[in-house]
Amino acid sequence: MSKELTKRTKLEIAKSPEGLEGPGFFASKLEDVIGLARANSLWPLPFATSCCGIEFMATMASNYDLARFGSERLSFSPRQADMLMVMGTIAKKMGPTLRQVYEQMAEPKWVLSVGACASSGGIFDTYSVLQGIDRIIPVDVYVPGCPPRPEQIIEGILKIQELAKNESFRRRDSAEYKRMLNSYGME
Amino acid sequence: MEKAELLELVNTKLKEKFHGSIESAELLYDFPVFVINKEHIHDVLSFLKNDEELNFHFLTDLTGFQTPDEKHLGVIYHLHNMGKNFRVRVKTFFPMANPEIPTATDLWKGANWMERETYDFFGVKFKGHPNLKRILNVDEMNIHPLRKEYPLEDQTRDDKSDKMFGR
Repeated sequence: MSKELTKRTKLEIAKSPEGLEGPGFFASKLEDVIGLARANSLWPLPFATSCCGIEFMATMASNYDLARFGSERLSFSPRQADMLMVMGTIAKKMGPTLRQVYEQMAEPKWVLSVGACASSGGIFDTYSVLQGIDRIIPVDVYVPGCPPRPEQIIEGILKIQELAKNESFRRRDSAEYKRMLNSYGME
Repeated sequence: MEKAELLELVNTKLKEKFHGSIESAELLYDFPVFVINKEHIHDVLSFLKNDEELNFHFLTDLTGFQTPDEKHLGVIYHLHNMGKNFRVRVKTFFPMANPEIPTATDLWKGANWMERETYDFFGVKFKGHPNLKRILNVDEMNIHPLRKEYPLEDQTRDDKSDKMFGR
């Protein structure tokens, strides 16, 4: 069986960034190298409030193993985290806490909204539930599902990795980015 | 003691002291239920707790409700004597225009958070409560969401049109 597996498995070798290559040296843009490093060592901060958080546990466990994608180390302090993963229903009363967690994260930071509730309020169209976290913090990638399967969560993280890889070095200093933060009432 | 006997016992005792303030006393779903005039609710509760034979020393639950005609609010008390396993339910009604009722926190300390919850969701004002403010909902909320005059849905959503969802 193992022979068959090796036969069938198609291995894709990760591409190196664009650059000049010669015997014994490789020259590239610093931006690309940093992007590569950032993308493959994102520290997630799990903000899990309900069933999507259970799917996240499966994502971290051995079957799906998020560590394969460089997110081995969960950060439970926002100050050390790169990626905020919001998984589950956010009640309006939880809103200010979530916002504070986001504001405490250091740039560059990305936000992944996992599941219907975090993305839009989901089935909880009611007076006590925040109708999507993008009302209080900016979101980079949305993962649909109720709850989404671990494969979908991994897909979302891979999308964030793409963002991190291709992000311009000066994006976070740009006027456009500041405008976006200002529209959320942040500096 | 049978439920009917308990109903009879409590009813006789209440009638002795509070004649005229008992609006009804009956067995509902095998449970003695008393409806008490709002003016005497605190005296009746105090009597039920302090009477030596009845001694309802434990307040199991306290919550509010609104009548289907949307004209009255009510508060319901579930009382328990653990030693004798006596349990009764005490209700009181009052008009929505003046939702004020004396607090039960002086009788049972446990009424504190339950009254705050009732205030939060129904807007019942408990006179004499030491700290009557919202407990579960956000402080900025300006409605009492379980009253029928307020819509259940979040009013800030604009992506659900009547055309699609039949509202």
